[in-house]
Formats: sequence, structure tokens, C-alpha cells
Amino acid sequence: MSLVSRHLEENGVPTVILGSARDIVEECGVARFVFTDFPLGNPCGKPWDAEMQRSIVGTALDLLEKAWIARTTVQTPFRWGDDKWRDDFMKVDASNREALARAGEERRRLQAEAKKRK
Amino acid sequence: MKQRRAYRSYVSYIDRSREYYSAQGYSQPYSWACHDDAPFVPLKKPLSRCRVGMVTTAGKMNAEVEKEGRRKVKELYAMESNPAPTRMFTADLFWDKVATHTDDVDSFLPLNRLAEYAAGGRIGSVSPRFYGVPTDYSQGKTSLRDAPKILEWCREDGVDAMLLSAL
Repeated sequence: MSLVSRHLEENGVPTVILGSARDIVEECGVARFVFTDFPLGNPCGKPWDAEMQRSIVGTALDLLEKAWIARTTVQTPFRWGDDKWRDDFMKVDASNREALARAGEERRRLQAEAKKRK
Repeated sequence: MKQRRAYRSYVSYIDRSREYYSAQGYSQPYSWACHDDAPFVPLKKPLSRCRVGMVTTAGKMNAEVEKEGRRKVKELYAMESNPAPTRMFTADLFWDKVATHTDDVDSFLPLNRLAEYAAGGRIGSVSPRFYGVPTDYSQGKTSLRDAPKILEWCREDGVDAMLLSAL
């Protein structure tokens, strides 16, 4: 998505990215970025919370008018609630290390079989 | 509330995904796009006269996708913004399926919120179409195939500024 934003900017279309994966967007380098520190999935506000969504979209519109330099990131003030998701998402620790290794092997086996069938 | 931490509070998905796939035996980590520079253009006219478009990474919902529970091909598409879609296909995308859900389309593709801003005069109008771009493993495909097509649609629809929302 950041690459699309860059292409539009290079061709004269101002853009704002709305997202929750801060490092991915900022490493790529975009003109304007509205960051909401939520689990991936709802970068424009919590489900069914129209007021929050309006605020986040409003921040993106403000940024279109007010940013004067590339790589302008604004973080919205919203919090998800509990922070459990931060540790749980794509977790790797002693509790699941063996299961992940097995899952990887199984996935590669299935991919190899599918390749043979082609 | 003031706190002290020995680590950054926001999740690094670059670090997290590298470690996760490494634990699954994938030794070659994905190389994310990274640039020293970033292009920037200002608005060419007041926002209240601008037509604003949206790009999403979510897929179109249709009978086949619904039946199969998956997309055979992740395609680039343009779709009518009004009425805003009430359902989009997100099951094959990278997001936190434990912590949240995507049942409310406006939580990731806020066309209704944007239409409210148009009705209130904050923006000129919402583009008649929004655009769907697949998240592709290949950055070349995104840059050479998808981005130019989005730009073409943008010009056809007279879009003056674009909001891009990645799940």
C-alpha cells in the first residue's frame, strides 16, 4: 500500500496512509501517515464506533491540508483497551516453538506435493 | 499516564513476522520495501473543493468467494463507492483475527465517514469509485502493475487526493 501511495505522490496526487503497522509504513517512506496503535484490522477506528472513525478520517483530512513535508506521521489518541494483543500476535516462545516448527514443515510438505501435481 | 518501558510500545511487524517465520523454518526473511526519500505533493486546491478517493487492501465479496471461503486470485479492482459496501473479503489478509474482526467495513474502509465529510462540506466529494489493491508478496508487481492502474483510475475519476487504508 505504501508503494502505491509513493507512486501517486510521484505523479501529483496527494495521499494519506491510514494504518496500524507503523514500522512497515515508515520504513517504506510515505508522504503522510495517520497511525492508530491498534491490532491489525481496524486502522480507521474500532468496529461500530462511528465517532472514532470520523475522528480518524478527520485527522487524515487535516493532514492533507497541514503537512508540509514528507514522512509526516500523526498518531491518533485512541487506545485499544487491554494490551494483550501486543504480545499474543505472532507470538514465538517456549510454549509454541515446537508446534510452529512442525507447522512450517507441514506447510512445506503440502506445497511440495501441490507443485508435483502441477 | 506516565510509564517507563525498556522497549518500544508499538509492535514491530517487521521484527515479529521475521521471528515467526524463522520459527517455522523459513531461514530467508522477507525483505520489506525501504527508501531514504519519500515523494510529497501538496493539495492543489482547497480541500472543500477536492474529490477524495480511497484505496483498500480488502477484496470484493462475491458468491464464489463466499462459497469457497477464499479468493482464487487476488485481483486489482475498482468498485462503486455509493452505496458503500457492507461486507468485504478479508479472511486471506494479514491481520489480528484473534483480537478483532472486520464485520464493520468502515473500520478499515470508511466510505460512510468520508461521505459524511462530503455532506458537511469538509471535502468537495467522494470519488464515485474506490480501488482495491492486493497485498502482493512481490513489490515489483505492486509498483509496476498495480500502482500505475490505480493512478489511471484516479485520473479517470478526477480524484484530487487519496486516502489509503491497509488492514
